[in-house]
Amino acid sequence: MKSTWNKLINKYGYPKVFIVIFLVILIATAIIQQQDIPGLFRDSLVRIGMNSVLVLAMVPSIASGTGLNFALSIGIICGLLAGCISIEMDMTGMSAFMLAVLVSIPMSAISGYLYSKLINKVKGDEMTIGTYMGWAIVFLMSIAWLLLPFKSPEMIWAIGGKGLRQTISLAGRYDKILDNFMDIKLFDMNIPVGTLIFFGILCFLMWLFMKSKTGAAMLAAGDNPKFAEASGINVDKQRTVGMVISTILGGIGILVYAQSYGFFQLYQGPLMMPFVAISAILLGGASAKKASISNVISGVILFQMLLTISLPTINKLMPEGNLSEVIRIIVQNGVILYALTKVGGND
Amino acid sequence: MEEKIVLKLSNIEKEYFGNKVLKGVNLKVRAGEIHALVGENGAGKSTLMNIIFGMPVIHSTGGFNGEIEFDGNKAEIKSPKDAMDLGIGMVHQEFMLLPGFTITENIKLNREITKHNALSKILGPSLKSLDVDAMRKDSQKALAQLGMNVDDWLPIAGLPVGYMQFVEIAREIDKENMKLLVFDEPTAVLTESEADKLLDAMKKLAGQGIAILFITHRLDEVLAVADNITVLRDGEQVGALTHEDATVEKIAQLMVGRKVDRIEHEIMQQNESDEIIMSIKNLKVDMPGEIVKDISFEIKKGEILGIGGLAGQGKIGIANGVMGLYRASGDVLMNNKTIELNNPKKAIENKLAFVSEDRRGVGLLLDTSIEMNIVMTSMQIQDKYLKPLLGMKFFSMQDSKGIREWGNKMIKDLDIRCTGPTQYTRRLSGGNQQKVCIARALTLEPEILFVSEPTRGIDIGAKKLVLDLLVKLNREMGMTIVMTSSELGELRSICDRIAIVYEGKIEGILSPKASDVDFGLMMAGEYSARSKEVI
Amino acid sequence: MSTQMELKNKKEKSFNLLNILVQNSVPIMFIIICLAGVYASKLNLNYVINELVLRLDRNLLLVLSLIIPVIAGMGLNFALVIGAMAGQIALVVIKLMNVGSIPGLLLSLLIALPFALLFGLGTGKILNKTKGQEMITSLILGYFAMGLYQLVFLLFMGTIIPVNNPEIILPGGVGLKNAVDLKFIQYSLDNIWKLNIFGIKIPMVSILIIIFFCYFTRFIVKTKMGQDFRALGQDIHIAKVSGIDVDKTRLIAITISTVMAAWGQIMFLQNIGTLQTYSSHEQVGMFAVAAILVGGATVTKATIGQAIIGTVLFHLLFIVSPNAGKNLFGDAQLGEFFRAFVAYGVIAMSLVLHAFQKRAMAKQKAEQE
Repeated sequence: MKSTWNKLINKYGYPKVFIVIFLVILIATAIIQQQDIPGLFRDSLVRIGMNSVLVLAMVPSIASGTGLNFALSIGIICGLLAGCISIEMDMTGMSAFMLAVLVSIPMSAISGYLYSKLINKVKGDEMTIGTYMGWAIVFLMSIAWLLLPFKSPEMIWAIGGKGLRQTISLAGRYDKILDNFMDIKLFDMNIPVGTLIFFGILCFLMWLFMKSKTGAAMLAAGDNPKFAEASGINVDKQRTVGMVISTILGGIGILVYAQSYGFFQLYQGPLMMPFVAISAILLGGASAKKASISNVISGVILFQMLLTISLPTINKLMPEGNLSEVIRIIVQNGVILYALTKVGGND
Repeated sequence: MEEKIVLKLSNIEKEYFGNKVLKGVNLKVRAGEIHALVGENGAGKSTLMNIIFGMPVIHSTGGFNGEIEFDGNKAEIKSPKDAMDLGIGMVHQEFMLLPGFTITENIKLNREITKHNALSKILGPSLKSLDVDAMRKDSQKALAQLGMNVDDWLPIAGLPVGYMQFVEIAREIDKENMKLLVFDEPTAVLTESEADKLLDAMKKLAGQGIAILFITHRLDEVLAVADNITVLRDGEQVGALTHEDATVEKIAQLMVGRKVDRIEHEIMQQNESDEIIMSIKNLKVDMPGEIVKDISFEIKKGEILGIGGLAGQGKIGIANGVMGLYRASGDVLMNNKTIELNNPKKAIENKLAFVSEDRRGVGLLLDTSIEMNIVMTSMQIQDKYLKPLLGMKFFSMQDSKGIREWGNKMIKDLDIRCTGPTQYTRRLSGGNQQKVCIARALTLEPEILFVSEPTRGIDIGAKKLVLDLLVKLNREMGMTIVMTSSELGELRSICDRIAIVYEGKIEGILSPKASDVDFGLMMAGEYSARSKEVI
Repeated sequence: MSTQMELKNKKEKSFNLLNILVQNSVPIMFIIICLAGVYASKLNLNYVINELVLRLDRNLLLVLSLIIPVIAGMGLNFALVIGAMAGQIALVVIKLMNVGSIPGLLLSLLIALPFALLFGLGTGKILNKTKGQEMITSLILGYFAMGLYQLVFLLFMGTIIPVNNPEIILPGGVGLKNAVDLKFIQYSLDNIWKLNIFGIKIPMVSILIIIFFCYFTRFIVKTKMGQDFRALGQDIHIAKVSGIDVDKTRLIAITISTVMAAWGQIMFLQNIGTLQTYSSHEQVGMFAVAAILVGGATVTKATIGQAIIGTVLFHLLFIVSPNAGKNLFGDAQLGEFFRAFVAYGVIAMSLVLHAFQKRAMAKQKAEQE
């Protein structure tokens, strides 16, 4: 019995094992409470699809050696800006969504490129610097949201007429455009097939990239920069490639998130989003130095299922206060903390 | 007059993971004696010092056997603190000085003089205030003892290296109970005049009754100050000379000698061709710890050229410089074409390959599969093992099938013990990791293969395999091999010629059959001086 | 040997003025921004200074608590929030016990001590496991601890921990209210002795307490313990080989910081008068760190002077930003965003500069060999 436990821990790591156990307990509780299990299942799928691409964005930055991308908010902001532009152009439907995605890519690429130039000069401190740069830029952008000359009445403050609103609804434009794609129903509920397919396509593209010559170079740069340099690989360039891709995925990721959620959250919305994505991929078994696509998939599934199921279940147990939110904070940060104790110790 | 024996080592043995580095060493040092400890790298000198000083690396790897007697009593030294409490001081090779502290603060590090204040009486001694005046007085005394005239409140940062060395010593002699002072290669970083001052200081200290144990490879220094000399070789004590009997030649011969478990190879018909494949002129390499000052030599096509010498003398820097891993300057010509330096890519494009001495640090992608490790360099630089994506040349994809085939072939040919080509190299044993590194170099199909420390950290059985492999490559494929190694024995067993590097320059090139004395003198840098004298 | 040394020192002194400007670029820049802000805000100078004194009274102790971990090489203690929470726990306890005014305050300081010590030890143990990544660890640890704190106050109050005082519990009977009234101790410290100089109200006792802690910090640095901290701050390995107990010394450094943070938070709240149970402590770490960095401190160097100057400048910006924003751009919100941007930006920039410095030093060291 003990050796199976040890084997499990060795293969999957403490966080994953504990969270799976916790999840099993929650599901059992939910069944006992007679919750709407199919509904919970469907909600989980929706949340998984919603967050998936943001978690995927962590892979290129980890793989190229830059570590956990705490400054994903930069890419997120690019995505939001692209989204606002699509609304300003009064576009609707799939074409609007696709336009937003396409517009976000060059913006993310440029910001990711500039950011990586900084990060390449501070190797070893990427995490702390990324966090604060990300936050500083969110607030700088908050000033921008107030000043940018957007005119669309849906986006501007009703009274006063200057500056964008805090949240911008996507109803009537591309709210759930991917989620409702193909209109597949399971147990009479909408499964977010489109979102999941879109995520799948991006995963496939990422996989393809990792199998390319540049992908191999990037992995080498992340695994051992000295080896890479000795093999003629320009480590700084590979780190830049990783960061650019990560930022682009951040931009696309927020658009996927927003279409499912139904709103763009500007101003301080992006502040804590990188942390959520980071916990998810760590939960999926990645570390600050190594991540694969399977980590993304298992991580986002575990984390989002946990959040989805815990909310009604725990609230039924203890209706007072926002307990599920507290659990989320503890799990999310606990996972990152654990990962840090594995990395650290420069003894 | 029989002085008291301060340190007595009896039958000291030490094993590192099955590898015996000390095989029963006996040593005696008396008060006021300067005892020199000489030997090649790997002879066991540093290990012996670490044992005497109770360094953590000894105890975290299984401790040691044998007895230490200090001042006539049996001593258990399990930590540097134990050693310091007994009265043993160590002047390390890498200075243990804090740059932001003043000279006084460094001299008194963790031994500060303190006095009570209101809080310390309640909350404990660690809150006692520093008595800076008393500290400065003591340190000034120590500095004076060494003949140093410098402001004791200057910060260490910015002091010349010679000064820093003396502060290291001052720190040790400030310790009141100092009875034995160990110097680990103290003159390695000093200029000639600074080294002379150091030797003077050493004699002064010995005159005051302190016993001194002095590790060095500079034989002229040994003759200048040592009362007694112990020579270590392969973890064994092979000679104990007094000042009167010692000569440079004797010491050199003892250092090098014939090794007991040497790997014998038949040195087949030597390649008579004298065609030069590479000529190196005035090579300078800035590799920290292995600086190359001015090296010129030629490599014959199809030979196995050995590069030997003591650690830190620069032999490791040569290959690293040629392959572009460290900043280098000079002229390197291959087949009469100039090879660009400081550019790893160009070096490989010019058909050079390198198996680094830093296997885990430079040579391997530890969290990547064996097959990717083997093909990575070739893929990136020679565009091999790639195929276009759906016919589009712009997108080069990894040729998984080709990579797998080649990986399997290398595993078979080099007998790499693993679970398969997808296993991460981190999991392999040292010998098998080395084979992966060699496989990677071979995949590049080089004309010249540079190999540094090919058998370091590998067990005896695997050592032979690696060396056999190198010989095979040379004899069957005609590959020119340049092998850098600290182990003179393995160089002498497979090389056609051996160059010895001393202080960043070539001291000389010998045939493997040359005498032990010649090798010993070269390693100690005494050869050129002697040969001049002979004439 | 010694004459060459003198020559070198003389050379360095002539570049002194330029050096001062470069090394203190952050506070100098900030002074310029602040002066511009004060002017743009068109606020009454008397009002500004009064506000400033008030904020210094509230925040300086928290900022001072950052100094010792920096000296000990542990970087900026973002886990300050953990100490703040210990202080808040103590305040809740005295509220439950219904002890007010000076005795209540003193009691809270006393009660906060064991909690802060315990939390400090826990923080230290985790930081010892992540040497080299202390800052991001303390940041995340802070969030994690906030989660635990919420768990206790939301869930265990009224259930596992019996509470007799219905006014501070949420309607459901479980969980502490969002805002706990602290009027019973508010200004208890400030009101003991107040001076009024040219219309500026100065709470003398609080100022004296802060001055005491300034001296306390200075005192610690000049003891054996302080010397050990300084040694650790320069090179952990050398400190270890010299026989200093690295882990234990780091533990002590963080614990002292946590205790000071706990008391600092109590001073903060006794001035504000209300405990926002779930948010009073949230930004405390970030603000304190930004303040000391603004004063010119870095990840490896922090002095009392920098703490004071930084707190003054940082809070000056806080006071004038909303009005300056309104006057310049017609939007007070913008002023607030600007000051948040500046706060985070200053931290980011300091971290970047520190990283550059670290790399340059390592390069220099390698070249020396």
